[in-house]
Amino acid sequence: MTDSPHTPVPKPQRFPALRRIFQPVAETRGFARFMLWTGAVLTGLFILMAIFAPWLSPYAFDQYQLAGVAFPQTAPPSALHPLGTNVQSTDVLAQILWGARTELLVVALALILALAIGVPLGLIAGYFGGWFDRIMVLVMDAMFAIPSLLLALVIAFLLGSSIASGIVVAAAAITIVYVPQYFRVLRNHVTSVREESYVEAARAIGAPPSTILTKYIFFNVIQAIPVLATLNAADAILTLTGLGFLGYGVQPTQGAEWGYDVSRAVGDAASGIWWTTLFPGLAIVLLVTGLTLLGEGLNETINPVLRQRAATRVNMEDEA
Amino acid sequence: MSETSANAATPADAEDPILTVRDLRVFYGTPRGAARAVDRVSLTIRPGETLGVVGESGSGKSTLGRGILRLLPEGTGVDGEVLYKGQNLVKMTPDQLRRMRGPELGLIFQEPMTRLNPLLRIQEHFEEALKQHHPELKRDELRRRALAALGRTGIPPTRYRQYPHEFSGGMRQRIMIALALVLNPTLLIADEPTTALDVIVEAQIIRLLADLKKTTGTAVMLITHNLGIVAEACDRVAVMYGGKIVEEGDARSVFADPQHPYTQALLRSTISLETTELHTIPGAPPSLINPPQGCLFSPRCGHAMKVCARKAPAEQRLEDGRRVECWLHCPGAIPAGEEAPLERQEITVADEA
Amino acid sequence: MQTKPDTAPDAPAPDVPLVSVRNLKTWFEIRGGVLDRMLGRDAGTVKAVDDVTFDLARGEVLGLVGESGSGKSTLGRSLLGLVHATGGSASFEGQEVVGLDEPALRKLRSRMQMVFQDPHAALNPAMTIAQSVGHPLTIHGRLKGRDEIRAHVAKTLERVGLSPADTYMDKYPGDLSGGQKQRAVIARAIVLDPVLLVADEPVSMLDMSVRSKILKLMIDLKDQLGLTYLYITHDLASAKFFCDRIAILYLGKIVEIGEARALYAGPKHPYTEALLGAIPDPDPTRTIPRNLPRGEIPDAAKPPRGCAFHPRCPRAFAPCGWELRDLTPVLEARWAGMEEQAHLAERALIGEIPAEVMEGTTARLPAATPGGGADLLAMLERIRSEDPAEPFWTGIKEMRAEADHVAMEFHPALTPRLYAEGTTAAACHLLDPGLTHPRAAAAPVL
Ligand SMILES: Nc1ncnc2c1ncn2[C@@H]1O[C@H](COP(=O)(O)OP(=O)(O)OP(=O)(O)O)[C@@H](O)[C@H]1O
Ligand SMILES: Nc1ncnc2c1ncn2[C@@H]1O[C@H](COP(=O)(O)OP(=O)(O)OP(=O)(O)O)[C@@H](O)[C@H]1O
Ligand code: SF4
Ligand code: SF4
Ligand SMILES: [Mg+2]
Ligand SMILES: [Mg+2]
Repeated sequence: MTDSPHTPVPKPQRFPALRRIFQPVAETRGFARFMLWTGAVLTGLFILMAIFAPWLSPYAFDQYQLAGVAFPQTAPPSALHPLGTNVQSTDVLAQILWGARTELLVVALALILALAIGVPLGLIAGYFGGWFDRIMVLVMDAMFAIPSLLLALVIAFLLGSSIASGIVVAAAAITIVYVPQYFRVLRNHVTSVREESYVEAARAIGAPPSTILTKYIFFNVIQAIPVLATLNAADAILTLTGLGFLGYGVQPTQGAEWGYDVSRAVGDAASGIWWTTLFPGLAIVLLVTGLTLLGEGLNETINPVLRQRAATRVNMEDEA
Repeated sequence: MSETSANAATPADAEDPILTVRDLRVFYGTPRGAARAVDRVSLTIRPGETLGVVGESGSGKSTLGRGILRLLPEGTGVDGEVLYKGQNLVKMTPDQLRRMRGPELGLIFQEPMTRLNPLLRIQEHFEEALKQHHPELKRDELRRRALAALGRTGIPPTRYRQYPHEFSGGMRQRIMIALALVLNPTLLIADEPTTALDVIVEAQIIRLLADLKKTTGTAVMLITHNLGIVAEACDRVAVMYGGKIVEEGDARSVFADPQHPYTQALLRSTISLETTELHTIPGAPPSLINPPQGCLFSPRCGHAMKVCARKAPAEQRLEDGRRVECWLHCPGAIPAGEEAPLERQEITVADEA
Repeated sequence: MQTKPDTAPDAPAPDVPLVSVRNLKTWFEIRGGVLDRMLGRDAGTVKAVDDVTFDLARGEVLGLVGESGSGKSTLGRSLLGLVHATGGSASFEGQEVVGLDEPALRKLRSRMQMVFQDPHAALNPAMTIAQSVGHPLTIHGRLKGRDEIRAHVAKTLERVGLSPADTYMDKYPGDLSGGQKQRAVIARAIVLDPVLLVADEPVSMLDMSVRSKILKLMIDLKDQLGLTYLYITHDLASAKFFCDRIAILYLGKIVEIGEARALYAGPKHPYTEALLGAIPDPDPTRTIPRNLPRGEIPDAAKPPRGCAFHPRCPRAFAPCGWELRDLTPVLEARWAGMEEQAHLAERALIGEIPAEVMEGTTARLPAATPGGGADLLAMLERIRSEDPAEPFWTGIKEMRAEADHVAMEFHPALTPRLYAEGTTAAACHLLDPGLTHPRAAAAPVL
């Protein structure tokens, strides 16, 4: 019991649970703090872009004319088109802003679906074990072994003919890629938490399995999720733009998508038209970097082993 | 302990100490300020002597052991003197210290498995330790010395080529002891070497450590929270409280007739085979960051006087050579009117450890 | 100050014990490596609790004492149905627990509760103290409404000394010290008014000065609430103070059981004796125990035959279950103290000593080289003559040199039953009047 009983007793707080969660964030120092805040700012910018795209964007994502006057094709940046226009005569800035909305919407949808499927499966397989667990592990491992873009492609291809919404198809394709990850993380975590004394204590007070899973295990295993979800979001952006690049993502009629934009602009760079590839490419890189930094920052913040504490040096001269 | 301590006492008294610690302070840096884990500790260890260091959890026992060898985390403040063979370890460079650890000062930890490399055979552990300090030794000689050290701790040569996981907990601890012994240290610092072990195995290890001084003349500093172990295996004992040594002296007389109120309370609250009544010490050990004024034990002490809460008592040497830090032992120095009992608020579980 | 609760001898003996355990067995199948698992093969069985029988009267404190791995926790958990017993019977208030299904067990658990060794691990880190302590009430539908539950929780917290309760209710376990956490764990255990508390090493993780505080609390609660305790510990000293009766466990079996005072005053089983001798005691007149059993608790998956304690027992004799693999520790102890040349010379004669449990009473000890049987026998005879007190040799009826090995005939292994004497009973052949100890008999048969 080296934990000191002399920690100044905190006054009763109104939101103890909230404070517990944000305490580590406030305490992070050094590189972790840098990563956390840079990531948060970058990601926050894109989220703002996505939310306010209709107001921020000068044009609709598929707009190629204004008042009957068609936009020029691959026009360099100008007052009318701050980031120029592309091969399809659409405004690059509009593509970027509306694209942020598509990317984040698809990825958020996909992650929610993946969590909704992967987390319960992981909880149940991990807690009850047995044949269900063994089969699930086998299936998930098999899915995990397939390259993610290939898996997403196959799903997008299969669903593309039956589901009209490109957003849903893309989200579903990405969901399938990430379900095994959540399953594996949750399941392994649950199998270790299951052996904890407090879970046995819960059984000893007569708690049925459903209560044990929701009240005793769930909150202690989901801590790994925010980090994983953020890092996965970064990865999912790449998968989604990859799909778009190959033409299996969100169709241009349904929304702007950076991967698709880049794919249509690959030829441009050679002829000196840099703005059509640079800006969507930069958007992809910045969003992925932002999410990765945020995820890594969160990881070091939440994971106490990695946590970099303030290295307080004691100067014996100052100590009476 | 009768015979062991009796025949060790004679030469010990005659010889000069091998280790003298004077006013050692070790302060850890924490976000809330410096934690005074060891605060002005002085002690001596003579050749072949076993010094027990006891105290409750957090009293600074491990910090003292590590402070002597300067195995401390980055940023920790250390000052004072640790004199070993005329050299002050506190002033040594890390490199000089590294050469001392092993052949001069050995260290044994509580959890042997974390110290043994699971990928290396026992043989390789010994070869590595020996080669580091005696690069001139030939293979045959390495082997001979390793087997001799292992034999002394009861590990047969047949198991020389096995991996750590093939041994039981007690055997691993024996291997750790053999690993320390193979370098023939003058002083062995053993930090809770038996805490993870069962009683019978614990007794085996303690017997082994107690026999060391007979067979090798190694002095041992035995850190433990178990008063029984100290009473049975040690010549002298130092009782720590809140980073200070509050009482130090011959183990048998300290246990037979404790002089410091904390030692008395600690002995009384320890449950032993003779316990017929439960005694407790109210309250909790002091904060090391904001220690109470005056005597650290004053908030919990049944004998506390007004002076105790104001001024820390000075160290007193009793007739039997014992050192005690308590106002009760220097009544003459108490300012007039301050002998009155200290009035305090009741201590509740809220202040409890 | 708390005095030892006196068990008045004239107290009316309750006729029906609260807990009645008969030949309880809890065995674990252990799975081996990948290959075993793929073939669905078991690598062995750990008999964590094997044929245990005892009664626990209402209001009594029974201590379950033993070294690590002796099956103390498993026995306690089997009683609560937290692990499913393999066989035998355990009844609680007349109701059979073994074989009961989970829903029925869950209902029963409002009557019997558990306190855990590590108070930090036993509390859900994501729940406040009030939530943890109050949760049993919700689960068993005892009280409805947040306020009613909170009020009851506050009362319980005060009862275990966490007062004023308001300062603790909304804290998380991480904010409390070890002793305070253990008090919260105890509060959770008594919040449903149980009759039986299984306390699994409730003080062994706590600091010494906190231990007596928690034990004191447990005694107070017992008196106030009329609790019955099964006190699991490896600490004979606290058991002596705390318990009315003691059961000593070794490798899943009770080796000695009986009234605490009598057991400490006159231990009958050599293992009890060894445990008592090994406890470090702050009594300044005590010295380091010298006559300790050698080695450690053996692998529970391959327990020794006969009396499981025999490889370590300083007083073991012929019927105690000797087998060929017991020769290994004997030789190792000898070799650990020998010069390397001498040890190598001896080792050159002897082949591989089997590590498996021996079947029957005959065994072959292979020589290292073909035709080395006679030399090997000569060496064994020499070892025996150099240390005739070594109990291993009592187990051997006859040794014969054959061409490539030494044939050994062992005495048949007998498993000791519990022999009652006075208020204690011990499972040791020494107590069987029908068996004579060979030290009293003639010199070893050569
Ligand atoms: N690296 C560290 N940084 C800050 N404080 C520390 C550090 N290590 C130990 N402490 C604090 O220093 C004090 C003394 O610790 P130490 O480990 O020396 O105690 P101990 O007497 O060995 O206790 P135990 O019996 O629990 O091992 C404790 O209050 C502890 O919390
Ligand atoms: N779930 C399990 N599966 C397999 N073996 C088990 C299981 N639980 C316990 N065992 C084994 O049963 C034996 C008894 O274990 P148990 O935990 O009951 O011992 P214990 O006396 O409580 O020891 P300790 O003092 O270390 O707590 C051990 O050999 C252990 O490895
Ligand atoms: S100095 Fe005072 S408070 Fe401290 S131990 Fe002595 S009597 Fe008690
Ligand atoms: S039966 Fe008795 S004498 Fe024989 S080994 Fe067991 S404890 Fe020792
Ligand atoms: Mg320590
Ligand atoms: Mg246990």
